[in-house]
Amino acid sequence: MNPNYIFTLLAFITILCALYVVISKNPIHSVIALILTFFSISAHYVLLNTQFLAIVNLIVYAGAIMVLFLFVLMFLNLNKETEPVKSTSWLTAAAIASGCLLVVLVATLREGSELVMKSPNGHAGLVKTLGKLLFSKYLVPFELSGILFLAAMVGAVFLGKKKGDDDQDELIIQDNAGGNNG
Amino acid sequence: MEFSLILEKSILVLILTAITLGIATYLTYGERKVAAFLQDRLGPNRAGIFGIFQPLADAGKMFFKEELIPKNAEKWLFILGPGIAMVTACITSAVIPWGGDLILGGRTISLQVADVDIGILYIMGIVSVGVYGIMIGGWASNNKYSLYGAIRASSQMISYELAMGLALIAVIMMSGDLSLRHIVDEQSGWHGMKWNIFFQPLGFIIFFTCALAETNRAPFDLPECETELIGGYHTEYSSMKLGFYLFAEYINMFISSAVMACIYLGGYNFPGMDAAWFSTHPNWLSMIEVGVMFAKVSFFIFCFMWIRWTLPRFRYDQLMHLGWKGLIPLAIANMVITGGWMLLFGK
Amino acid sequence: MGNSIFDQLPISQYIYLCCVLFAIGLFGVLYRRNAIVLLMCIELMLNAVNLLFAAFSSYMGDSNGQVFVFFIMVVAAAEAAVGLAILVMMYRNTRSTDVSLMDKLKG
Repeated sequence: MNPNYIFTLLAFITILCALYVVISKNPIHSVIALILTFFSISAHYVLLNTQFLAIVNLIVYAGAIMVLFLFVLMFLNLNKETEPVKSTSWLTAAAIASGCLLVVLVATLREGSELVMKSPNGHAGLVKTLGKLLFSKYLVPFELSGILFLAAMVGAVFLGKKKGDDDQDELIIQDNAGGNNG
Repeated sequence: MEFSLILEKSILVLILTAITLGIATYLTYGERKVAAFLQDRLGPNRAGIFGIFQPLADAGKMFFKEELIPKNAEKWLFILGPGIAMVTACITSAVIPWGGDLILGGRTISLQVADVDIGILYIMGIVSVGVYGIMIGGWASNNKYSLYGAIRASSQMISYELAMGLALIAVIMMSGDLSLRHIVDEQSGWHGMKWNIFFQPLGFIIFFTCALAETNRAPFDLPECETELIGGYHTEYSSMKLGFYLFAEYINMFISSAVMACIYLGGYNFPGMDAAWFSTHPNWLSMIEVGVMFAKVSFFIFCFMWIRWTLPRFRYDQLMHLGWKGLIPLAIANMVITGGWMLLFGK
Repeated sequence: MGNSIFDQLPISQYIYLCCVLFAIGLFGVLYRRNAIVLLMCIELMLNAVNLLFAAFSSYMGDSNGQVFVFFIMVVAAAEAAVGLAILVMMYRNTRSTDVSLMDKLKG
């Protein structure tokens, strides 16, 4: 099978879902579209032969972060009626700005394709290779990211806590904010 | 990829899906029989001998019931919810090894759909995605009870997934590999009795508790507890969409039993599997292995049902306290002990 | 391992895709006012970068890029947790998640 077809199909799905995240009036629909985007990005990872990233992407983004988003949306009961809208002048300005960024990015990065030395090996995406790299060369950043998580968890729990109020629902929110970090 | 491999895998997937669906159907019957046994009743016994056609009758009833979509429901998401629940329940079985290799006409056929080197992570990923079926369905119903069920389901599943992952890490540390096939093969020592449960009893208990919570089975069935929330997330569902949710629960039960059997109970390994006779009859060995695997799965399924009809449901705060203050610290302690043991005494 | 993809599919395709994704994310950040959707758009931008890292990493046969993806995921998870906690606080105070209401410090 030609990977070009698969790539085109996946890229089409990715961009369509990403656009829907941005233009949908209902935040819940945005979340679901974003989950689909993450799924298609995971499929891209599989196509790139980086299976470990694919599944970690699913677990971390689709399985934890987006559940948290959906949970908060449901908890705050936000839907189409409460969704703030911006005027069309904002739309034009945003479109122009992001269009400019797109042009600049493409113009800059397209040179990058010539710099790539093609020496793909099948082991680059394996758990074993990544693990060895992570626990030798990147050991310090790895430990630091653990501290970052701890700080984020403490911060989320502290922020979620209302002073002198023991509301059960708020406890749940804290619990979940913590759950995302572990 | 060669054509015969695709054909072989397709046939395996078809058989596996058929078996999964068939087992899920008959689990409803099994559940009622076990409940009847535990409550000293007879259970369903009218349709066919011993009532074995009862699931078919139930399924027929489900199909012909009126299909209702509430007026204020979000129609597409309302339909999407049960679909996600069903799909995520079915695709987990892809990485589970059901037995050794079959040799048919000179071809070695692996009784596992995909031996990926991230098998356990794949299962964790699919499990963590499975909550969307409940959340989306519960939200789309536009019903307070459904929403409560959905919110409870999501917080419960996130909380217990953590302890589950931490319990798994200890096993992964021991095996040094994420592939389920490798983990099962590691347990074939001691004449097929070197099961992980003997090394990880605490991890097994944590994992089992979390599996109960992840499949929303009693005593963790708070997302659908009928005395508080009517039907929980599937209050508004009827006909086959409801059937999908119930079916997905039974499939999840089946699959999580299979995962537990693989990880902790040695999968398809059985005592005496290294007998000389088997080395000359590999196909017989494989068939017996499949049988053993299914026996272990059945045992776990019976445990699931036994617990459901024995223990009362947790209160919500008890559930959260058990998850966050009980299981997670225990799982971390288990991990540390395993690590320390491996450091001091080797593997 | 099917390495054929790297010969048949030029990496420039991935570069274009990721640029488009990043631009869509930026458009969302500029256009939307709901703080939750803003956070989601930021996740989208981070993911575009992740994908590009992974693409370069596997085209060059170098695992370092994939390690960076992990660190980006770490940051994204921490950011989402703290961001959502702040957002819940904000909702408690203003009964809305509209970011343009957060101008109390304006002189």
